[in-house]
Amino acid sequence: MKIGIVDCGGANLNSIYYSFKRLNIDSFISNSIDELSQMDALVLPGVGSAGKVMDTLSKKNLVSFIKETNKPVLGICIGMQILFDYSEEDNTKCLGLIKGNITKFNKKDVIAVPQMGWNKVECKVDNTLDGYYYFANSYFNKDSDYTVGYTSYGSQFTSIIKKDNLLGCQFHPEKSSNAGEVFLKNFINSI
Amino acid sequence: MLTKRIIPCLDVKNGYVVKGIKFKNHEIVGSILDLASKYNEEGADELVFYDIGASTYDGIVSKEWVKQIAELINIPFCVAGGIKNLKDARDILNNGADKISINSPALANPNLIQELANEFGSQCVVVGIDSRYTDNKYIVYSNTGDEKTIKNTQIETKEWIDQVQNLGAGEIVLNCMNKDGVRDGYDINQLNIMLKNCDVPLIASGGAGTKGHFKDVLTKTESSGALAASVFHKDLIKINELKDFLRKNSINIRY
Repeated sequence: MKIGIVDCGGANLNSIYYSFKRLNIDSFISNSIDELSQMDALVLPGVGSAGKVMDTLSKKNLVSFIKETNKPVLGICIGMQILFDYSEEDNTKCLGLIKGNITKFNKKDVIAVPQMGWNKVECKVDNTLDGYYYFANSYFNKDSDYTVGYTSYGSQFTSIIKKDNLLGCQFHPEKSSNAGEVFLKNFINSI
Repeated sequence: MLTKRIIPCLDVKNGYVVKGIKFKNHEIVGSILDLASKYNEEGADELVFYDIGASTYDGIVSKEWVKQIAELINIPFCVAGGIKNLKDARDILNNGADKISINSPALANPNLIQELANEFGSQCVVVGIDSRYTDNKYIVYSNTGDEKTIKNTQIETKEWIDQVQNLGAGEIVLNCMNKDGVRDGYDINQLNIMLKNCDVPLIASGGAGTKGHFKDVLTKTESSGALAASVFHKDLIKINELKDFLRKNSINIRY
């Protein structure tokens, strides 16, 4: 099995690569359609801002490739946010695969922005994934038709989405200790 | 609810974790990877590696150890020390660190904060602040690693906190120097004053000596976490026991 980590620009693409390596899974960082087409699954990693990530994807002609692929896709943090229609961050039109918007935490409602640290995820159906995961985000989706996991920060927001071949998480499973490993193994088992 | 973070800080020099008094007489405590693993297994929420050897090298610093940590542990970690420009920061982040922390270089060139935030995102950019009560005011000190270089910047701490937030810092570590190394409790008073003007997460540093000190700082202030070094390195407090204690005291802590 080979997992393609889509190079959307930004630093620190290696964290997710190392976590697959710890699980003995081969993964490759690439922004080439030819290479990514040969992978069994794709990861949209969680680095950068919405504007920059969408810019990079469109410069590399990857937008329609990602929109049309039937392969399992895991979007992490910003990689999940760009699956939605629109993000307030950099006023960005996103991939539009999931109906909904991304907005910024309001400092009036929360202790600090960004949300930084470990927070609890509660799943609607499969509670084996309930637990504490590591978050580092200033933007969030409130709720969607495909939200399966929720977390509270000021109020409840989307922490896991699932739609057809798409899985997305607002947290960083690659940095979420044992809970994160279980989450990634689940994704791998679905491939 | 977001949990409060317990963060051990490890001083790194020439590839080893060291301890010393005021940056002198460094004694090797152990290998970076062994200690990173140990704290990870004990339940640390995040680690900070402070590269105290960094500024003593000329220019190129090997960051191989950063990569080795990233390969090994699956919790977030921050690297501090010796980061003076975008290239230094990129090397460390590309090697797998989640955040970089800057202190004196930010005071020398505040725009560095903005450049780093624009390039890598605020969530990667931590600003460390060494603050000491001087002449009835809290004042920022720079180059605190060595008594020969330490400098009173004349900048009031709350003004600097305002400025670093405006420039895009995603987190602040406030090291209360009056409390540094004395292990008689965090500086609750100063932390509360500074937290009033702080919209980004603020991590308390300086003064941890007992489990009760962690409880105090996490209940009496809105600090997002508590950083400590010597109490963990000397095994005076074990992280798993500390976290049990804090949970029993109704503090929201990760299992």
